Amino acid sequence: MQTRIFLLIAIAAAAVVFFAARWVGNDYVFFAGYTVLQFIVLATAWNILGGYTGYVNFGSAAFFAMGAYSTVFFHKFFQMPIPVLIVIGGVVSGVVGLGMGYLTLRLRGAFFAIATLALAVVLQTLVVNWDYVGGSRGAYIIRPAEIAWLGPYIQYLFLLMLALVVISLAIARGIERSQLGYGFATIRDDELAAEASGVPTLKLKLIATTISGALMGMAGAPFPYYIGYLQPSSAFGLEYAVNSIAMPMIGGTTSWVGPLIGAILLGSLQQLATVTISSAVNLLIVGLLLVGFVIIAPNGIVGLVQSWIRRSTK
Amino acid sequence: MPLLEVTGLSKRFGGFVALDGIDLAVAEGERVGLIGPNGSGKSTLVNCICGTLANETGTVRFAGQAVDGLLTHERTRRGMARSFQLPRPFATLTVAENLRVPLLYTVNARPGTRLAAADLDARCDELLALVALAGKARQLPRDLTQVEMRKLELARAMAAEPKLLIADESMAGLSQSEVDDIVNLLIQLNERGITIILIEHIMRAVMKFSQRLVVLVSGKKIADGRPDEVIRDPEVEKAYLGQ
Amino acid sequence: MGVSFDLLINALIAGILLGGFYAAVTIGVSISFGILDIVNIAHPAFIILGSYIAYIVNTRLGIDPIVVSVVMLPVFYLLGAGIYQIYYESFEKRGQDSLRGLSFFFGLLFITEVMLILVFGVDYRYVEAWYIGPSLRLGVMDFPLRMLVPCLAALALFAALQLFLSRTFIGRAISAVAQDQLALRLMAVDPTRIKRIAFGISIATTSVAGALLIIIQPVEPSVGREYIGRVFAICVLGGLGSLPGTVIGAMLLGILESFTATFYGPSWAPAVAFGVLLLTLAFRPAGLLGR
Repeated sequence: MQTRIFLLIAIAAAAVVFFAARWVGNDYVFFAGYTVLQFIVLATAWNILGGYTGYVNFGSAAFFAMGAYSTVFFHKFFQMPIPVLIVIGGVVSGVVGLGMGYLTLRLRGAFFAIATLALAVVLQTLVVNWDYVGGSRGAYIIRPAEIAWLGPYIQYLFLLMLALVVISLAIARGIERSQLGYGFATIRDDELAAEASGVPTLKLKLIATTISGALMGMAGAPFPYYIGYLQPSSAFGLEYAVNSIAMPMIGGTTSWVGPLIGAILLGSLQQLATVTISSAVNLLIVGLLLVGFVIIAPNGIVGLVQSWIRRSTK
Repeated sequence: MPLLEVTGLSKRFGGFVALDGIDLAVAEGERVGLIGPNGSGKSTLVNCICGTLANETGTVRFAGQAVDGLLTHERTRRGMARSFQLPRPFATLTVAENLRVPLLYTVNARPGTRLAAADLDARCDELLALVALAGKARQLPRDLTQVEMRKLELARAMAAEPKLLIADESMAGLSQSEVDDIVNLLIQLNERGITIILIEHIMRAVMKFSQRLVVLVSGKKIADGRPDEVIRDPEVEKAYLGQ
Repeated sequence: MGVSFDLLINALIAGILLGGFYAAVTIGVSISFGILDIVNIAHPAFIILGSYIAYIVNTRLGIDPIVVSVVMLPVFYLLGAGIYQIYYESFEKRGQDSLRGLSFFFGLLFITEVMLILVFGVDYRYVEAWYIGPSLRLGVMDFPLRMLVPCLAALALFAALQLFLSRTFIGRAISAVAQDQLALRLMAVDPTRIKRIAFGISIATTSVAGALLIIIQPVEPSVGREYIGRVFAICVLGGLGSLPGTVIGAMLLGILESFTATFYGPSWAPAVAFGVLLLTLAFRPAGLLGR
């Protein structure tokens, strides 16, 4: 399927989702839906570096939070339209991803993973001690109540996040089918053999880290508007790290469909659980599912479907 | 001018000296056999030549230019290819896709070459036919037999269209006829102009294949010359064959 | 600006004592990561588990936390052996990429932390012992016993392990398994069994480390996360696989953190470990004494 056609279908699907949400008429749908959409972007972004290239990022929260805090930072200068803030958030996170990658990607994957964890804590400590963006006291962003053309402001945020979903899915799918995708796969399968076959592994890993980080930053940029009051503990929350790993691992890491499925399933499950049980139990479920799937179904739901298809066509 | 020139190459791992001042010159079109007991440093030498490991002293010159400091993929692009002792296929790519990778990332990356998709497919098919794997093009490496994996490993190295191919123990554990298959394949490649260094334990294959024989023992080169002379060298007999 | 000598010397002492404790925390990872090459980022979660167990027994029965931890050693050992078995069956044997292994331990870390939150809540917990409170004074030097005792216990643990690894057969097999599995097999020793024992020991150390932790500071479930960075920073700084290197790395980190907390404020302390880790990984990944 041509990328153009895919984009058209994706945009059409997004439009359907948006108007269906409006038809329901309850603002809660937009608030809950925004979170799920956000997770689709984060899961897809994580998977580009994790699933395609094989390098685990435990610090997704850091890239997400950097997008959020760059919004807070610039908000103090002058009001900017959110799409601009999204681009800025993407650039900031992308650059940090590139920098960190440059420092650590020459080492083994395990060291990179630990370094991402380190980065998340260092950045969180920096933000907590930085009064300009609120420090540990937090920062307020006043969200307008309404926006022209649409009505409630949350619908505008929802629409923006829908756009980011379409963009990130298109990028992931585009990479998957390209020469770059082959290169990523060889790095994941056997980095030494990849180098010996002429693949510039460091360069490709840096590309993966930058794209992944940038997308996460873009997902984070509108967050202060969504939540109104931004605290480091919520921006850097562990649920971002866990979910951005669990969703692709449960959905399936080898294709762009996996993170989408994982995010929708797990995201919706969590929205339900938070309303009916406590949020701690909901995180526990995510953790258990992650461990369970990793042991029993390492290729995720997509993998299960694929082997079921293979078995029934034999 | 030799195609590959290794001078004074040494490599240590902590206190252990794996390679001690190795000198090796390989002329274009030559068929060189490299033998030595386990642990003598053969694979380490290959790794240093290809850039997977960094040597402490000495230089490696390829096609007249020093390649020290260049990353492995850059050396591959210059024309050095190697196969691995234990086959390392790309497990999630099909057999054909495994061969596509070096075509995309080495051949296509060389200045002046820009193969179109159709040409890439054609070369893939050619290589698959050469190693008799055409029937398994769409399968995954895990569905291959041992021999087939070794052939895939060699085919992948060949896909990079190298000037120099280093084949690292491609024949361990194979039957006699399988060994002959691979030796013939390598001689065929050599006739096409590819310089080959064959690292092997199977003496029959080494003697049949090599125009020149180099012997490595405990990180030092102890012999380098015509195969029939080298194996009669008392040093070689004592250190290697006599064990 | 004159820095008070008192402040300096006491910051140094606190750093050294802290470093000794950090060595106890890290020794398990030295084994699992340095020798077995398993990235168990859930290690701090087990330490916190050890802290909570020490807390419960100490509060209910009044038993000294260090004693509790020693009694619990076999339980933690079995836990570690069990987890290794699952890890081995699911990942190592299948030859799976490290992605799954890392995710597995990350999941364990997460599950442990959330379960502790559900059971104990997020309040800080303390233990009581006769050495929590008093200090040993030598001139201007101040040795808080609540830090001195854990430091000494940690060094005892380290000495015991070092002896075990160098003097007993299994201990030497463990040191060897990193380098030559084939040789072990030839000696009719099952490498998998050795690795299981080693990992079991690695988790057993968390029982003691946990008790020491809750002596030094109050504990709540998310404290473990600060220690992930510390533990790996020390391992990498000291050089993987080198137990003495771990102690040196631990001391260095302890001193660095102590000085940072004293002169710049405690809110910067978490960044020190992770910053050190990033810098070491970037510039000297083999560590100070590494192979």
